[in-house]
Amino acid sequence: MGTYLLRRLLALIPTLIVASIIVFGVVRLIPGDVLDLMLTENDYASTGHDTRAELEQALGLDKPIYMQYLSWAGNALQGDLGDSLWRNTPVTREIGDRMPVTLQLGIFSLIIALTIAIPIGIYSAVRQETLGDNVGRTFSIVALAIPNFWLGTMVVILPSMWWGWSPPNDIVPFFEDPIENLKVLLLPSLVLGASLSAVVMRMTRTMMLEVLRQDYIRTAWAKGLPERTVVIRHAVKNALIPVITLIGILVPILFGGTVIIEQIFRLPGLGELLLQSVNTRDYPIITGIFLITGVVVMLVNLLVDMCYGLLDPKVRYDS
Amino acid sequence: MTVDQISPQQSAFSRKGAEGKDPRAPVEPGRAMADESAVPIRVPLRYRNRHVEFFYRLVTERPMGAFGALICIILLLTGLFASVIAPEGYNAIAPLDRLKPPSAEHWLGTDHLGRDVFARIVHGAQLSVIVAFAATTLSIVISVVIGLVSGYLGGRTDMTTQRLVDGWMCFPDLIILIVAVSVIGPGTWQVILILGLLFGISGSRIVRGAVLSTKENIYVHAAKSMGASTLWILWRHILPNVMPPIIVLFTTRLAAVILAESGLSFLGLGIPPPAPSWGGMLSLDGRSYMFVAPWLAIMPGVALAIAVFGINMFGDALRDLLDPRMRGGTGRYMARVNRKPMP
Repeated sequence: MGTYLLRRLLALIPTLIVASIIVFGVVRLIPGDVLDLMLTENDYASTGHDTRAELEQALGLDKPIYMQYLSWAGNALQGDLGDSLWRNTPVTREIGDRMPVTLQLGIFSLIIALTIAIPIGIYSAVRQETLGDNVGRTFSIVALAIPNFWLGTMVVILPSMWWGWSPPNDIVPFFEDPIENLKVLLLPSLVLGASLSAVVMRMTRTMMLEVLRQDYIRTAWAKGLPERTVVIRHAVKNALIPVITLIGILVPILFGGTVIIEQIFRLPGLGELLLQSVNTRDYPIITGIFLITGVVVMLVNLLVDMCYGLLDPKVRYDS
Repeated sequence: MTVDQISPQQSAFSRKGAEGKDPRAPVEPGRAMADESAVPIRVPLRYRNRHVEFFYRLVTERPMGAFGALICIILLLTGLFASVIAPEGYNAIAPLDRLKPPSAEHWLGTDHLGRDVFARIVHGAQLSVIVAFAATTLSIVISVVIGLVSGYLGGRTDMTTQRLVDGWMCFPDLIILIVAVSVIGPGTWQVILILGLLFGISGSRIVRGAVLSTKENIYVHAAKSMGASTLWILWRHILPNVMPPIIVLFTTRLAAVILAESGLSFLGLGIPPPAPSWGGMLSLDGRSYMFVAPWLAIMPGVALAIAVFGINMFGDALRDLLDPRMRGGTGRYMARVNRKPMP
């Protein structure tokens, strides 16, 4: 396991380099006229970035390209992602301020999605082709087609029309006042979780069906074990292992989802910062968020692979 | 022998083997005879034309898929004939008619500028169809080129390409889209280009996988030993045999592109107004009007959900009928195959 972990970490390095070049390339791709646009449209005069030369220097565009990459990557490795053009604050602090909301929203949504979807998926598979299965599948098919931004908009608009109620958006840190915090975040998490649950449900059902056809399940039935034991001890345990890998697939989708949900419910998270920075063309923040989401997804995938190995004894690391 | 007994390997699109042979020839004579004695023949066994046969199987085996196909056709026709269905166009401003609820005159009501919501949704269908087909076609071309080269050549080329794809794929889709739009700006062509590139690179994995399993076939080795060039092998032997997953990829990507485009437009980063993008109609700019005129929020979302639902259903059915390798255990077809009595 130790050597496997080391090998996996080493294998991450080329991916990380490629990813950092992609992030870096994005800033380099900024066409020259965008700089002019930044100067005319986004009133950078008040922030000390009022000339083109000054702006190029702040973005690091004034040096040869490999030097730019090396100094940018070197700084990023030391945790320095540059300063915001707009507010002159370090990008890492801006991101750090917004991270808790997004993280909490993401984790809550994931938990909600898994708690809704896994039981329904299991039930659906065990009672294949019955009324319950068809209801569950119809739910997942419909949920797959409903975009989360529409669901969120409906959740904001309809209660406000009917009862004059609108979701609160004054966020307080979870550890200061969990109840107030949940009041704000519960509804957004439910919306995001519900839209994610469709994917998890389909996956769980497919995996369960696969496992239920295995010989050892037939053996368990033949031994005369009660259905509870067969399903829970023999089938679910094996079917859930591939479902765990689904978390690795869900995390990037979650990042996209939080951007949209934060926008709808006006929550001060990472996505809101990203969109705000896109509007003010604050490229250090944009690239910072871009890099961090990529790194988080990479690490989550690594973690998922580790868990997979711990849970499934059939996975061998020494091959 | 009924339609159920068609073996999954003989999909309607597999050219090899089906050509030049009598399509009615039983695959396994023993079983076919046994079945024929048991099951009275009511329907034609198999159609000589594989398109007709495919259509027949779609309707009989996957009725929901056929329903989805119907939705897709309606979407397509709406897109093609948008200016016939709603001749007043998507931007006919009529300040006197603003925020009117649905009525006989304005089926789906009007928005804050007095524009007919029905007309905007119809023209929105046109926009969705254009963006979806353009971006998906681009993405499939990219996927096929990367997948064929990386999968067939293997070795160092494959290694390098896959590391590049790895690096690209660790970024969340929507984040890439937002960052890319922040650099090249919003607009129809920009959105098509970015979506094509994004889905093209991630889809190349699927094509590569199919190529990897196809290239070890004996006919590929035979062609190689006869001195066929790499390009010829790719074009004549590999590409036709990886077509089923590519067709399935195409349909699933259509829905993903429509959703991604409307998500971007919803955030104000996709196709700029006054273009009638469904996502843009739901965007936050119009939020304040939605509280007084809820049809503004409901109708574009319903259109979007129906379109995506139809494409998803059709795509699922296609996957089950065309490509047994990609099939999950969920399909009804699979269940039937498994229930086949032992010979």
